[in-house]
Amino acid sequence: MDLIESYSEELQLIRKGWTKAWVWGLTAMLFLSPLYLSDGYIYIATLVFIFTIGTLGQNLLIGFTGQISFGQAGFLAIGAYSFSHLNNFGVPAPLALMAAGVICGLFGLLVGFPSLRLKGPYLAIVTLGFGVAVYQILANSPLLSGGRMGVVIRRLEGFSILSTEQVYFYLTFVIALGFVLLTYNIVSSYMGRAFIAIRDNDIAAEVLGVSLSRYKLLSFAISSFYVGVQGGLLALLLGYLEPNMFTFLVTIDFLVAVVVGGLSRVEGSILGAAFVVIVPQAFSHLSGVTPLIYGIAIILVLIFEPLGLAGVWLRIRLYFRNWPYR
Amino acid sequence: MENILQYIVSGLSTGSLYALVALGVVLIYRANRVLNFAHGDVTTLGAFLAIALVAMGLPWWLAFLLAILGGALASMFFYFSVLIPAQRREASHLGQLILTLGFGLLAQSGVLIFGNLETRVFDFPLSDSVIYEWGGVVISELSIGILVTTAIATILFFLLVQKTSLGLAMRASSENLPAAQTLGIPTRPVLALSWGLASALGVLAGLFLAALLFLDPTFMLESFLKGFAAAILGGLNSLPGAIVGGLILGLAESLAGAFISVAFKNTLAFIIIIVVLLFRPEGLLGKEFIERV
Repeated sequence: MDLIESYSEELQLIRKGWTKAWVWGLTAMLFLSPLYLSDGYIYIATLVFIFTIGTLGQNLLIGFTGQISFGQAGFLAIGAYSFSHLNNFGVPAPLALMAAGVICGLFGLLVGFPSLRLKGPYLAIVTLGFGVAVYQILANSPLLSGGRMGVVIRRLEGFSILSTEQVYFYLTFVIALGFVLLTYNIVSSYMGRAFIAIRDNDIAAEVLGVSLSRYKLLSFAISSFYVGVQGGLLALLLGYLEPNMFTFLVTIDFLVAVVVGGLSRVEGSILGAAFVVIVPQAFSHLSGVTPLIYGIAIILVLIFEPLGLAGVWLRIRLYFRNWPYR
Repeated sequence: MENILQYIVSGLSTGSLYALVALGVVLIYRANRVLNFAHGDVTTLGAFLAIALVAMGLPWWLAFLLAILGGALASMFFYFSVLIPAQRREASHLGQLILTLGFGLLAQSGVLIFGNLETRVFDFPLSDSVIYEWGGVVISELSIGILVTTAIATILFFLLVQKTSLGLAMRASSENLPAAQTLGIPTRPVLALSWGLASALGVLAGLFLAALLFLDPTFMLESFLKGFAAAILGGLNSLPGAIVGGLILGLAESLAGAFISVAFKNTLAFIIIIVVLLFRPEGLLGKEFIERV
């Protein structure tokens, strides 16, 4: 069992030597995978990295802070379109990506204000209304969304020995890795503990000195920043945007990713994002199987394993750690 | 300006459909304090079931009746098999909400796997193109059917809820569950029945909406969200509020579409949601209190 003897030891991301070894090994393997995987798999991996970012953000909001949000499609759209418009005006891509995230974060702040007063189903509906309102505004405004033709973005090209797909792979890999480390950092800091306190009992948190308005708004803003960056990367990857890519069904995908991956587990977001990307790709030729799997997965996770896929992984690890004892 | 009566009539007609959807949402919220995100998908399932039954040769009234019954049974089955075990394990409200979302996904998959997916026109006994003119207002047979059926359904529903002992049991269970159980009311069947009734109302609305819009697997998405908006407008806790909210939303949409723009018409519902929730979360007729930070 873990015996933690100092605060600095608790803050360490990976405590045991053995875990460090295989995590580094896994990362190296992922880093070198374009050498031996075909382009199709690299594309799927790129999509998984991109979705991981947004799922991490939503996990911060829904899993760690306990606020319900159904507006993800709206934030994704805001991120994607701001990135594309900034890029088309000549702003270099990295700057445009940051700006897209910040703009989305500001909108998240706006949506966060109702959360100070509303809880539960009312918050869900307000965020739902926001998400659909964004979609409607985009669909009806040719200026913002390029109307029926959509918006086209200049894609990156390959350089030196890397092909286009590999460039995207490494770019999104590095960005996703950065966000994963950022999330681990947030979660083990005061902010993370404040979020968890708000989820568990917000009145008690306020009594203990956690400023509810500040941390709820921060939570919304930060999670929207993540989703905004995801939107920008998606725009960069796909090269083409149209309002129909951002309907309520996209929000459902986010929710499935967060819940099935594991609420309030960072590894869970990665697994959930992989789930949401791989299942539709694997079953794309059979219509209707994807919602079936999502529905069954949600119901199984919520009734039997609240920590989702991360919980399954945890059980496997604990089994091997405690073997031969139970 | 002479058209305003026309807009009012057509607004009332769509509004009564929103009212039916909202009634289903409010009924389930009052019973279980959970928003049923599967409502739209169960309705789609019912509409596709109706089409399949009609294609098999059943007369339309029998097919519709069976479709409504089918939708109700699906919801009741979901309640018994999934939601009750979840509540027994003390799932949070967010958890139950996501479970209904899961059920909605299952219903969606049922439609996609077993349904015929081309967008097509729903053959409905009341046609959209037979129109009557009355005092300068043109109204189609379908709209008359909608208004009459919704009025009858609402009256029957209220008779059920206010005048029968089953209705009394439903009201008691939604107001205070432990007290109702102590008094010997079998709350699980009663709550399951309210789920079934709510889905039956939803499928009824869906059959009309399928005739109005084109039938494809996502036809209920927007109407379902507007039904939510209507429920919020009227107050999530209040059954008459659902009806009032639906009618007002329908009227407002119709008038906004006429006097502002068609594009604005669709956004109106969601703007109403946001405005109502910011300034009066209880809705027009609701009575629940909201905490403030």
